[in-house]
Amino acid sequence: MVEFNLPKNSRVIKGQTHTAPDSAKNIKKFKIYRYDPDQDKNPQLDTFEIDMDNCGPMVLDALIKIKNEMDPTLTFRRSCREGVCGSCAMNVDGTNTLACTKDIADIKGDAKIYPLPHLPVIKDLVPDLSTPYAQYTSIEPWVKTDTPAQGSERLQTQEDREKLDGLWECVLCFCCQTSCPSYWWNGDRYLGPAILLQAHRWIADSRDEKTGDRLDNLEDSFRLYRCHKILNCTNTCPKSLNPAKAIAETKKLLVERM
Amino acid sequence: MSTGNRPLSPHLQVYKPQITSVLSIFHRFTGVVLAVGALMLAYWLNAAAYGPEAFERTQAFLAHWFGKLLLFGWTWALLYHLCNGIRHMFWDACLGLEIPQVRASGWFVCIASVILTLLAWTAGYGMLGGAY
Repeated sequence: MVEFNLPKNSRVIKGQTHTAPDSAKNIKKFKIYRYDPDQDKNPQLDTFEIDMDNCGPMVLDALIKIKNEMDPTLTFRRSCREGVCGSCAMNVDGTNTLACTKDIADIKGDAKIYPLPHLPVIKDLVPDLSTPYAQYTSIEPWVKTDTPAQGSERLQTQEDREKLDGLWECVLCFCCQTSCPSYWWNGDRYLGPAILLQAHRWIADSRDEKTGDRLDNLEDSFRLYRCHKILNCTNTCPKSLNPAKAIAETKKLLVERM
Repeated sequence: MSTGNRPLSPHLQVYKPQITSVLSIFHRFTGVVLAVGALMLAYWLNAAAYGPEAFERTQAFLAHWFGKLLLFGWTWALLYHLCNGIRHMFWDACLGLEIPQVRASGWFVCIASVILTLLAWTAGYGMLGGAY
């Protein structure tokens, strides 16, 4: 359902300001979405003044600095700090990206940081990803076969393997998924760009023998065809992948088999 | 999506408008405008069939600056929807889906729709010989 406004309990109110030490000369303000489930309060936007002469270059560096030095309750997911794990996906400066690969210098003015859009918030920058994960399970993301493997493993030619380039690199950070207005409005029934890219990854795999079943499962006005090519997904992918193209390829296969 | 008591994270409120999403919403908006414009067109034709006085009244409204503005907007909506529709057809064929191409074709559609609108009006006035 299209709902432009946030529900009452979700409207963001003004928060606290944590000032930098007086010695700081090169200050950048970080405005960060905070929500504490233990307090009966709406989410708020806290301001943290950071001494950039004493902080690493990436947004994740600033978040870790805040957690270490200013407010240990600040909650966010992170792990690899080099764009491989997909944990620190969040909305930075108005678009979704990985905090660990987003250069603070690329942000003009105050750095505004929110959780991934249109998801239930567990705490601060940690959204509940249960729905996208359940949708991922629904596409059965593994090689499905009827025939037994010849020898110990299933081989594929280099050309067939190359067809998976641009698909296998996805780290399931859900930046694209939550940048898609169509997914905002119909996230309970539309699979969304990340899951459809993954669905295509198995459709495009020469070793998989259930391509027909996979296409059958997607041929649905909501699961696949809520994609209206807004293309926010491809525009925001921190791994420079192209979910919109994967979806277009899937749709093309559906037309071709008719 | 059930969120229980958890707040819903901000979406439209914080997501930066970009050429991808803005042109997409334009496409839908111009589609709606075209539907309304089609009603206007039907009314105009109906008035012509109804009789000279009804036609004269409708014509007077459309010749008024406000009527002309509506028609001008409708022309642009038609041409934008047409140009962007062609862009969508390329995408359906899996062509032009890389982001630099998407940006270039997006700007092309914006500029082309404005130029075509101006051309259509210039040609229209030319044919009328300045009668309206």
